[in-house]
Amino acid sequence: MCAVECRNVGAGVRGVTMDGEKIEDIEIRLLLEALYRRYHYDFRNYAQASIRRRLRQARDRMGLATFSALQDRLLHDPAAAARVLRFMTVQVSDFFRDPDYFRALREKVVPHLRTYPSLKVWIAGCSAGEELHSLAILFREEGLEERTLFYATDINQEALEAAARGIYPLDRLKAFTENHRLSGGKSSLSEYYTTGYGGAVFDASLRERVVFSDHSLVTDAVFSEMHLISCRNVMIYFDRDLQDRAIGLFRDSLIRNGFLGLGAKESLRFSSHAADFTDFAREEKIYQRRKG
Amino acid sequence: MKAVAIGASAGAIHALLRILPALPSGFTLPVLVVVHIPPGRRSELAALFAGKCRVPVREAEDKEPIVPGTVYFAPPDYHMLAEAGGTISLSMEEPVFFSRPSIDVLFESVADAYGPDVMGVVLTGANEDGARGLRALGAAGGMALVQDPATAYARAMPEAALALCRQAQALPLEGIIERILEAGLAA
Repeated sequence: MCAVECRNVGAGVRGVTMDGEKIEDIEIRLLLEALYRRYHYDFRNYAQASIRRRLRQARDRMGLATFSALQDRLLHDPAAAARVLRFMTVQVSDFFRDPDYFRALREKVVPHLRTYPSLKVWIAGCSAGEELHSLAILFREEGLEERTLFYATDINQEALEAAARGIYPLDRLKAFTENHRLSGGKSSLSEYYTTGYGGAVFDASLRERVVFSDHSLVTDAVFSEMHLISCRNVMIYFDRDLQDRAIGLFRDSLIRNGFLGLGAKESLRFSSHAADFTDFAREEKIYQRRKG
Repeated sequence: MKAVAIGASAGAIHALLRILPALPSGFTLPVLVVVHIPPGRRSELAALFAGKCRVPVREAEDKEPIVPGTVYFAPPDYHMLAEAGGTISLSMEEPVFFSRPSIDVLFESVADAYGPDVMGVVLTGANEDGARGLRALGAAGGMALVQDPATAYARAMPEAALALCRQAQALPLEGIIERILEAGLAA
């Protein structure tokens, strides 16, 4: 036994095992396993290339030489784990990012939503709340806000807190305002915020009908009876299996004929659940759950 | 060789109009291209080049399989990465050198995904994106090529790549085209 092991240790190219597996790949897999078993954050089925890049940033920024060292740190130091988590999840979006998406919601989806006496909308992976606020403004402009309950979920507690505060840097407002206008906005974005605290503070009334919740698309269960789910540029970080799980979760969370909105460069084409949806607005990546 | 990755910035269109239309139909390698383009508008790149190339040209979608003989442009405002399993991933991580898509991000991902079996090409540009990525690609044994700065519309990006990646070879566009075609034949 020992002889075999010793021989194996002596062999192999630098950075690669006898089986040709890269040592860095082993380290990453072990680190993600550690993060899951110690803190229940499950990145094991995230798309590899981007996870690797962000872990490299965390490793370098924390002055560590290897992913093994990073694993050691995060297992024994929850504050370090929180830092690593920030590298892995922090996302910046825009208000009305991809104005065409919001225009399609307004012009094509809203007429359907009007036919329901009450509405539930789920912003899955809401990050710092840019999309949530955009939808709340759109629903107010369209006169649907009063009958709507919004669910804003994310795995990152700090992001949820930022979303609930609704404060955004002033230097981004020009782009937000332009996006809002291009989306077919019926009011001026400046009606919804005041400036202070070094930023634009969006009106608390926009968040009155919002339930913020810590929810993971990887491990948690369905929400019920949603009319619209917006999950844009979240599943790009998942591998195909995990993306499939999330799409199945969305299907089971939607009412019949409910709507699912994805990011501009995402698609259901590569999902095994594709047949459960129809293309509702093809270019804008809005899908509708089939009746069946 | 399993793939070609190209990065270009200022002067990109002109340089790519030399390279991409030179690819023969039935070319055997996928070509992943990052061009710095301003966010917030639809890119016309794929449409522009599709009309001038003999190989299929697409704007990449997330999780799309990487098919040999196809040119993929990174969409505006997303990073484009190659996965070891042979698919494309998009990402909205922060811009690199104010750029999203970033050449560094693409090159580092192809270095991980393909190891020595990839060619990376840094073309004309006025910033430093691509230099660190090409260094990673060269260190992993890939073939690192840089447009000869003297022949580039903007020389800063090729110069930065040559300074950082010691394996890199500087070639005029004709030389780069020759290498790409050779790699396609050897694949």
